[in-house]
Amino acid sequence: MREIVRFAKHEAVPEAREVLAAQGLPEEVALAPRLRRILDEAMSTAATLVEPRAVCEDLSADRFASVLAPLGVPADDLVVGRVYPRAEGLALFVATLGEALPGRIRQLFDEDALAEGWMLDAVASAGADLLADRLAERFRHALVARGMDDARVLPYSPGYCGWPTRGQRPLFDALRPEEIGVTLNDSCLMSPIKTVSGVLVAGPGEAHRFRPDFPFCHDCQTHECGWRMASVLGKA
Amino acid sequence: MEILKRIADALQQGDDQRVGALTTEALGAGLPAGDILQQGLVAGMNVVGEQFRLREIFLPDVLLAARAMYAGLDLLKPHLAAEGVPSRGKVVLGTMKGDLHDIGKNLVGIMLKGAGFEVIDLGHDVAPEVFVDAAVREGATLIGMSALLTTTMTRMREVVALVRERGLAGKVRTIVGGAPVNADFAREIGADDYACDAARAVDRVRALLGA
Repeated sequence: MREIVRFAKHEAVPEAREVLAAQGLPEEVALAPRLRRILDEAMSTAATLVEPRAVCEDLSADRFASVLAPLGVPADDLVVGRVYPRAEGLALFVATLGEALPGRIRQLFDEDALAEGWMLDAVASAGADLLADRLAERFRHALVARGMDDARVLPYSPGYCGWPTRGQRPLFDALRPEEIGVTLNDSCLMSPIKTVSGVLVAGPGEAHRFRPDFPFCHDCQTHECGWRMASVLGKA
Repeated sequence: MEILKRIADALQQGDDQRVGALTTEALGAGLPAGDILQQGLVAGMNVVGEQFRLREIFLPDVLLAARAMYAGLDLLKPHLAAEGVPSRGKVVLGTMKGDLHDIGKNLVGIMLKGAGFEVIDLGHDVAPEVFVDAAVREGATLIGMSALLTTTMTRMREVVALVRERGLAGKVRTIVGGAPVNADFAREIGADDYACDAARAVDRVRALLGA
């Protein structure tokens, strides 16, 4: 079922410690007063300007296969292509913080308010990721209600782990996120910029396990797949 | 000169208003704009960059200093032109085609400007040929490329290849950066260098351009 999700503003504002940790900054207690001020302003601005919303639709494996098919890439050559056949549930999603917050970030940089712009960007990035996490949790709850108690949900997104950015096009064709104000440009980049998209893959932890020996793994320096897998392979 | 040290100190504090006031004072006292730039603003930014490298300060501190640098630089620009002070070099920057994560690239541009380089920022979603065309058109001697997505970093290889195809190797240097990129990757694609953050990018660009 396709669903438009309207989040409360506070649901898209990350914890300050998450913002700091993601940027390699010290804990709040050790933060210099001038940085504390910038952080507080950014959190406050984000809480005011976010317009968090999402569209989500669960779909069958066959239908998801049709989302990947236009890429012309064998599914086995993509991490998501190898994982989704093992899923017990799949849902396409697009979640956005809206245009006001990125607009304010651009304005700050234009005004040479560099530190303020950077901090607000960091809050917004963490906020966008938080929305994906919230959608994953909603999906997990829905699956538990259907008796899938051991469901572990991870988002997989175009642009990562071999799924080309042009994979956004068929995903958008299937989900139609224009209804929540998200569009693609010719390069398949999303607008507003603080938007996340992809597929939520639900299943037992083992469903997410793969060996990172794809050709693109050779170039990858983040190795985020390791902790992602670890996060779902442990106990619930 | 005492006032140049005060400019450098104010810049390190990220006090843009004070840097502006002191720069005006120094110009009024007849100091050459080139000296104010190098011994005041750039000297201050060098300290900030070193503190950042040593993790004594954090990126927002660097950005506050950069804003202070701009405050002084804006006042100096007409005087620098009048004195015929050349920039340290011209650099083309951009985020790779298919990628719109440009905050890291923006930071590099800010730091390079702070170090006295002229920066041509091509923005994000930049095609390989656009990098090379811009370098030729602008007479830039360095192309800086940024990527956040693992699927777009591979296009850096195309830029390096284009530089070679057009006979620009050695004349236009290439440097790469971004979360999924490292020195091994830079070597593998034939880029001239790699920088892991904005402060180090300045060092590497200086080294590459002999500036």
